[in-house]
Amino acid sequence: MAQNNPLLARTQGLYRRRKLVDRLMTAAMIGAALAAVIPLFLILFYLLKEGLPGLSLDLITQEPNRPGREGGGVHNALIGSLIMVSMALAIGVPVAIGCGIFLSEFGQNRLGGYVRFVIEVMAGIPSITVGLFVYGLVVVNQGHFSAIAGSLALAIILVPIIARITEEMMLLVPRSVREASYALGAPRWRTVLRIVFPTALPGVLTGIMLALSRICGEAAPLLFTALGNQFYTTDITAPMDSLPRRIYLYATGPYDYWHEQAWAMSLILVTVILVISLSVRALFGSRVTVRQ
Amino acid sequence: MTNLQVEKKPTLSSISNVTVPESTQRRENAPVSDAPVAISAQHVSAFYGSKQAVTDISMEIRRNSVTALIGPSGCGKSTYIRTFNRMHEFAPNARVEGKILLEGDDIYAPGVDATRVRQRIGMVFQKPNPFPTMSIEENVAAGLRFIGMKSRSEIKDRVEHSLKLAALWEEVKSDLKKPGIALSGGQQQRLCIARTIAVEPEVVLMDEPCSALDPIATLKIEDLMRSLAEQFTIVIVTHNMQQAARVSDHTAFMLTDEHISGQLVEYGPTQELFTTPKDKRTEDYISGRFG
Amino acid sequence: MAIGTAGRRAKERPSLNNRLKPGDWLFNALTGAGAAVVILVIIGVFYELAHEAWPSITANGASFVWSTDWNPSQNVYGVGAFIIGTMITSIFALIFATIIAVLVSLFLVEIAPSYIARPVSYLVELLAAIPSVVYGLWGIFVMGVFIRDHFGPVVVDYFSWVPFFDGTPLITGLFSACLILTIMILPTVMAVSRDVIAAVPRSQREGVLALGATRWEMIRMTVLPYARSGVLGASILGLARAVGETLAVTLVIGNSVKVPDNIFAPAYTMASVIANQFPEATDLHRSALIEVALILLLITFVINVIARLLVWKVTGGQRVVVQE
Repeated sequence: MAQNNPLLARTQGLYRRRKLVDRLMTAAMIGAALAAVIPLFLILFYLLKEGLPGLSLDLITQEPNRPGREGGGVHNALIGSLIMVSMALAIGVPVAIGCGIFLSEFGQNRLGGYVRFVIEVMAGIPSITVGLFVYGLVVVNQGHFSAIAGSLALAIILVPIIARITEEMMLLVPRSVREASYALGAPRWRTVLRIVFPTALPGVLTGIMLALSRICGEAAPLLFTALGNQFYTTDITAPMDSLPRRIYLYATGPYDYWHEQAWAMSLILVTVILVISLSVRALFGSRVTVRQ
Repeated sequence: MTNLQVEKKPTLSSISNVTVPESTQRRENAPVSDAPVAISAQHVSAFYGSKQAVTDISMEIRRNSVTALIGPSGCGKSTYIRTFNRMHEFAPNARVEGKILLEGDDIYAPGVDATRVRQRIGMVFQKPNPFPTMSIEENVAAGLRFIGMKSRSEIKDRVEHSLKLAALWEEVKSDLKKPGIALSGGQQQRLCIARTIAVEPEVVLMDEPCSALDPIATLKIEDLMRSLAEQFTIVIVTHNMQQAARVSDHTAFMLTDEHISGQLVEYGPTQELFTTPKDKRTEDYISGRFG
Repeated sequence: MAIGTAGRRAKERPSLNNRLKPGDWLFNALTGAGAAVVILVIIGVFYELAHEAWPSITANGASFVWSTDWNPSQNVYGVGAFIIGTMITSIFALIFATIIAVLVSLFLVEIAPSYIARPVSYLVELLAAIPSVVYGLWGIFVMGVFIRDHFGPVVVDYFSWVPFFDGTPLITGLFSACLILTIMILPTVMAVSRDVIAAVPRSQREGVLALGATRWEMIRMTVLPYARSGVLGASILGLARAVGETLAVTLVIGNSVKVPDNIFAPAYTMASVIANQFPEATDLHRSALIEVALILLLITFVINVIARLLVWKVTGGQRVVVQE
């Protein structure tokens, strides 16, 4: 017969309680997982439900009508977003990569620590504050809103994201690769630019695409810099419209057709972002989480 | 208990570098072979998915004995021992076949909760793993709440008792509130032993408990095993044959070859297995021809 | 014929002096410029904001920070009400997002088999990819309606005895902002907390399981204490994000300068008052709004520093790059 373990005898009630708590907490964990996933489905569902009906060729090719008159499109916002995002990349990517390479090559010391800290701070600035900064710096001095100012604001948001990833990716390249190059007598610039950086490039591209997907949805930094524009323009010294900004305008407006178009624009925006995010995943593996 | 003078057969001991020490010979006289069976394994096999790691092992482990499982790396001894306290099932796609009886109770019977099995069969791991966020006494007391011990004084007494049994009390009694990880490696392992025996299990499994420790710490724990066997049943996995010869009453030799994984080759009193092994493979292993 | 370096003409031998070659010089200059630009921008931001806010700082003095009177037509300004709005919404989001994030992380690490864990993990990450405006839009037309018609009345039914909870649910208001922020910072908190929880060593878990612990007991005794500071850091990161969140909040919070008297009342946060009032603001009003931005920046800065310190402490000083 079982050797009586004297301690187990008094555990019947306790045992049931422990089991109950374990089951409750398991249920809580599953419930939380559902709670976390349901909003996403709801958002995607409503985007499709409300946005699909509003999609049309007109939406993409027409300019907005006079407020109140149904119909029209958001062509100016689409083009505006494209222009400003491209300019932001053109401004921000070189600076960010330069800074990232600086950190990986020269920054493994106290000075680098300070620069890294500054980048962290920059990453944490609320986007509306960035907009206000560019407002004060550019718009006030120039006397008018402009797409350049908007792109500048977006670039400032881009830089910390891309700089961080560039540094991480550069540091991931094994030391042996650099040493092989130096051993052949190559100067530093050649080693870094011709050998190390190309190795790190896929990761850096990932970072750029992630940053891109982030800024194409940003409206706050554009509100006081590029302002917005009822009309189509490619003049970068003039106020320019953008997709997120127009969504913001229409969402708070009094017209039903504005709301419909806001949903349709949101659908386009989220689709673009998802496509970028999925291609990053497909091309470069799962999300960028890098440990040293 | 009389002193058994054992005649070692010259041929084998001249090849083998393992000598069976006096202390083990002395214990040969303890009624170990007639002792009740603590664990009865019947045709036990263990799998990771489709990969078989342990094949059809049947053996009986006697109460209050020290049983050693030896064999080359990868022979399945750790997997086998983990079927005893149902820790094997945490591995992905893990499966166990066969029957294992703990003092007559089938631990794999449907409806048996594994947590109750683990309260009766404890385990000490290869690398000491005290809980870093807990003090020494909290570590030892960690399992007591699962058996419902609430009274502070009872817990305190049990902690002291366990630390004494684990030969750690004298070294830590001055400051029980020190964090568990502030101790040396050997002390940490004794702390883990104290933690394991505090819940008064029937069997204590030890999976290579000394392999991460220095020789002095190792000897301390080997002494400990012998004294613990008076109250518990000890099963130890070790890759160190000398250790097995020093501490155990019974030894089981396991092997994995190209055909069968995790088979039991030979099992018997330590004395006999090391001096007059019945299987050639055992003889080869002991004399260092492989492994 | 001479063989070896001795025979090579002098000018072919690689120079051994230490002067930088032109390529290297340019390289150093360009990368250094990149770093310099970044530093300049940061300094510029603080300076510029302080500069623009100066008229308001001198006009309103220290009471700006706690006064809850905000009346542009009388040039009376105080950021108090907005700090309250920011605090209520952000701390609500902090608490609930952390609880849910920890539970979901535990689910992913401890319970879910990999064929469930991977997609669920990815889906929650997707939440981070949705732009603020879209959250706002959805917040008004879907979530807000749901709150007004269903969720809100239920909350009132059960919780109206709690002092702050007695009110009339509307589409917009403090509560809507709280909910939308919770959803928005959830992926931020979860990304780090999941890594921290997964990093708890197997030996710890096995140690307590071998004593006969149930899974929840194992989590409570080994995983959670081990992951505590990392989770804390993650949640403060989420707090930083919540505090700075602008457009989604602007769209759902109702935009009122009055201090909210119940959880369903309209309110302002620091970020949303700027977004809402700046376009029409002039002179001192504008300057006051920039002062609000400055205060917001300082608060965000402090929170971020604390969060980074905590996360770095737990990951042993190693960097975790989080997609924000």
